[in-house]
Amino acid sequence: MTPSLSSPRRAPSAWRRNALMAAPLLLLLLVLLVYPVGQLLLLSAYGDSGFSLASYRQLFASSVYVNVLLITLKISLWTTFFAVVAGYPVAYLISSLPQKKKSSLLFWVLLSFWTSFLVRAFAWVVLLGRNGVVNQLLTTLGILDGPVNLLYNFGSVLVGMVHALMPLAVLTMLSVMENIDRNLPRAALTLGARPGAAFWKVYFPLSLPGVAAAAIMVFVTAIGFFIVPALLGGRREIMITQIIIDQVQQTLNWGFAGAISVLLLYVVLVVFAIYDKLLGLSTMTGSTADRVKPVAQNGWMHAVGDGILTVLATVSDKLLACMPRRRQYRAPEPGQSRVMYAAVWALLVFLSVPALLMIPLSFAGTSGLNWPPRGMSLQWYQQMMDSPLWMQAMTRSLIVATGAGLMAMLIGTPVAFLLVRSQMRGKSFMLAFVLSPIIVPRMIIAVGLFYFFARVGPVGTSLGLILGHTVVAVPYVVMTMMAVLRNYDTRLDLAAQSLGAGPLQTLRHVTFPILAAGLLSSFLFAFATSFDELTIALFASGGLSATLPKQFWDEVTLQISPVIAAVSTSLFLFIAALIWVADRLRRVSLAR
Amino acid sequence: MPSSKLKISGLCKRYGDFTALAPTDLEVANGEFLTLLGPSGSGKTTLLSLIAGLSQPDEGKMHINDVDVTFGAPYERDIGMVFQNYALFPHMTVEDNIAFPLKMRKIGVALARRRAAEALEMVRLPQVAKRFPKELSGGQQQRIALARCMVYRPSIILMDEPLGALDKKLRDQMQLEIKRIHRELGTTIVYVTHDQEEAMTMSDRICLMKGGKIEQLGTPSDLYFRPRTLFVADFLGESNLFEAVVTAVTADGVEVTLDNGRVRASAATNGHAMTLGQKVRVMVRPQNLTAHALPPGAPTLCAKLMDIMVTGSLTKLYLEAGASGGAPILVAFPTSRLTGHYDIGQMLSLQWQAADAVAIAE
Repeated sequence: MTPSLSSPRRAPSAWRRNALMAAPLLLLLLVLLVYPVGQLLLLSAYGDSGFSLASYRQLFASSVYVNVLLITLKISLWTTFFAVVAGYPVAYLISSLPQKKKSSLLFWVLLSFWTSFLVRAFAWVVLLGRNGVVNQLLTTLGILDGPVNLLYNFGSVLVGMVHALMPLAVLTMLSVMENIDRNLPRAALTLGARPGAAFWKVYFPLSLPGVAAAAIMVFVTAIGFFIVPALLGGRREIMITQIIIDQVQQTLNWGFAGAISVLLLYVVLVVFAIYDKLLGLSTMTGSTADRVKPVAQNGWMHAVGDGILTVLATVSDKLLACMPRRRQYRAPEPGQSRVMYAAVWALLVFLSVPALLMIPLSFAGTSGLNWPPRGMSLQWYQQMMDSPLWMQAMTRSLIVATGAGLMAMLIGTPVAFLLVRSQMRGKSFMLAFVLSPIIVPRMIIAVGLFYFFARVGPVGTSLGLILGHTVVAVPYVVMTMMAVLRNYDTRLDLAAQSLGAGPLQTLRHVTFPILAAGLLSSFLFAFATSFDELTIALFASGGLSATLPKQFWDEVTLQISPVIAAVSTSLFLFIAALIWVADRLRRVSLAR
Repeated sequence: MPSSKLKISGLCKRYGDFTALAPTDLEVANGEFLTLLGPSGSGKTTLLSLIAGLSQPDEGKMHINDVDVTFGAPYERDIGMVFQNYALFPHMTVEDNIAFPLKMRKIGVALARRRAAEALEMVRLPQVAKRFPKELSGGQQQRIALARCMVYRPSIILMDEPLGALDKKLRDQMQLEIKRIHRELGTTIVYVTHDQEEAMTMSDRICLMKGGKIEQLGTPSDLYFRPRTLFVADFLGESNLFEAVVTAVTADGVEVTLDNGRVRASAATNGHAMTLGQKVRVMVRPQNLTAHALPPGAPTLCAKLMDIMVTGSLTKLYLEAGASGGAPILVAFPTSRLTGHYDIGQMLSLQWQAADAVAIAE
């Protein structure tokens, strides 16, 4: 009798506690994501004079914007294709390596992933320039007679985009591949499958959810990109987000910016709808390959797919059979194939070298960013330190990133607790909502926020930036903390309570000390996200109140100077140290 | 029926400085059920994956059906393997899983389908053909893994702790099932386990391994009743090991004295030559020992009763005496209501048949 009497009394208090834990984050997202974005979308159809489709009419009146949309789609599709195809072997090799080797390879992917898009795009501007490394190399090798123009065309945009987004593709595929049982392809071998068949008929189908998830993540990010096309593209490679920036910054035409945002959002939603139809959205968050129910098991799609895989298997086995046969048969573990290793290292070099090449350039004695750098000096670092613009931007960025990191950690962690520990309903919906700032194109959030802030007040203030950055950083905190908490043995809390500790004492003496490393690493990830954020800062800061990425952007769109190489190097090394520490901490907390 | 034999000579595997498998010789006869038994790290799994071709030896030769397959690829060896976690392909139905090896052998779809159905009959699961592995229980997955292996009649089936993930009752049931299939098909099976009971019940021969070497190879009763080393005696079942000294070597065994020469006894030997005065251990299984209340001073081994446990079918007495080198002595007999009364602390005399005792060199 007692439990049935006491449980109705306990239920509301548990509900209240859950609500209290979730409230700050939900409130933040409602006020700073849902409301502004909704407002912006509304604005596109409701002008000063009531309902009007003028903005949309303008959008489709000339072929200009439709063309931009088509170019955006074309660039995004090619980027997705190359990033996934090139990322696949990298993820495949990393997932198959023993822990120690895995970490060392993964470091380069993570480093590239966290290095600012700005720094990496700028590196390509220098690399592909008339006096850049690529031209120099090709001329020295005698392939070219003299330097040619490699920049400001479709190819340079594609290289920059693939370089920017390949790490995301690798990391997304990796999370699925790590869950594929390595015994399955081995079992296929013992059952008579040749290596090609074992890969194409067994391993590859199991890795497909990862490929699909990587493709959609890359595509959605690519479609909202503006840094690479702006720096590396010519007039024919203008993407849709650049138009939005123009509308907001130059013509102040909010309604039209809203209309383009709607178009962008619509494309993203269509892509997600198609993905959901084909594979189911649950494959994106689940990341366990086993749980995925095979799609289209019956019918022609399955037959066609199976046929293609059979052909691929036969062809690769024929090719393998043509290779000179070694006396010793090597087990087809990818980690043991030298060709595979060479290919993956080449891809990792492609990922890491551009940013690394900034280091010698930043110490050059001459201006002009020529390769090879001549002389040696610290003058560019000196100029950077002497410039009040750069120094203020750095201070501003540190303040904003610390604020956003702390806030994201403080409001994200309770939600992670809720999502992992509580039995409440609607958890998957809540997870989707909390992660939505990653999926909604950043540009839409930025425009919406700017419009909202412009009316409420905090435009250009640190507080406004901190709030905006918290919105985009909080998903990373929630994801990191969820991973940490899933690893945390809740019986330790029960043990503490059975030994006489109250709930708060348990948190203080047991839970938090064990979670400290995880918390710190989630803070660092949020810090890095904010420190690197340009889109929101683009509108919400300027002049002396600019953040470091914004200052970088303003400088780099005006002129290419070695000072920027010096700033790039500083940023790169700072982020590298940060990521190294954060990853160390995450590992420590997971190992417990 | 293409059941054949496996011959391994001087096979050896090292990982850096660590020797996973010392040079090893082993022969498996047609239709034999051989178990590789041993604690973890004993090299049994290394040996199995060398036979499967999933790793390569550093030295030695291996023949299957008199064909040298030392460096052959797994798909050229005509073997089948049942993995510990079954390794069923999650993206294929049960039927497709079983038909997979047939497809790889370019067998026509219709014939493959028929043979898959037969294999499902064999493991008594014809109704699950269209389901996916995730929808099956652990025991059912185990049977499907077996069916997938048998369907193409490989020369040798390798099994890597196939019952490790099942609970006790299901495990007993599956042991019988595997034995039945082995009998019906007459396939050669090499089976890895660390469970000595499983090895005893299923095998024609057991190959007990320790530290990358074969410790003893023989029938279950050989290993159980005539262990060659103390490790074997200890690993297989419960044993009592009494310190003893050889006093005479006879035609069918040795005469020994126990308890500092106070008690005389005779014991069989396990093939090792013994010399006079050699220090040995005499092993007697708990169920072959009897304990009686006897007047003190009799020329038998005396021990003090420390504890009594009734474990269902068996009653176990735990005793202490100097003769076993400090280790507790265990006496076991079928539980019966007619069993007499014992007092803790009581002195009992221990007796056994000479044939049930075996002398093992220290």
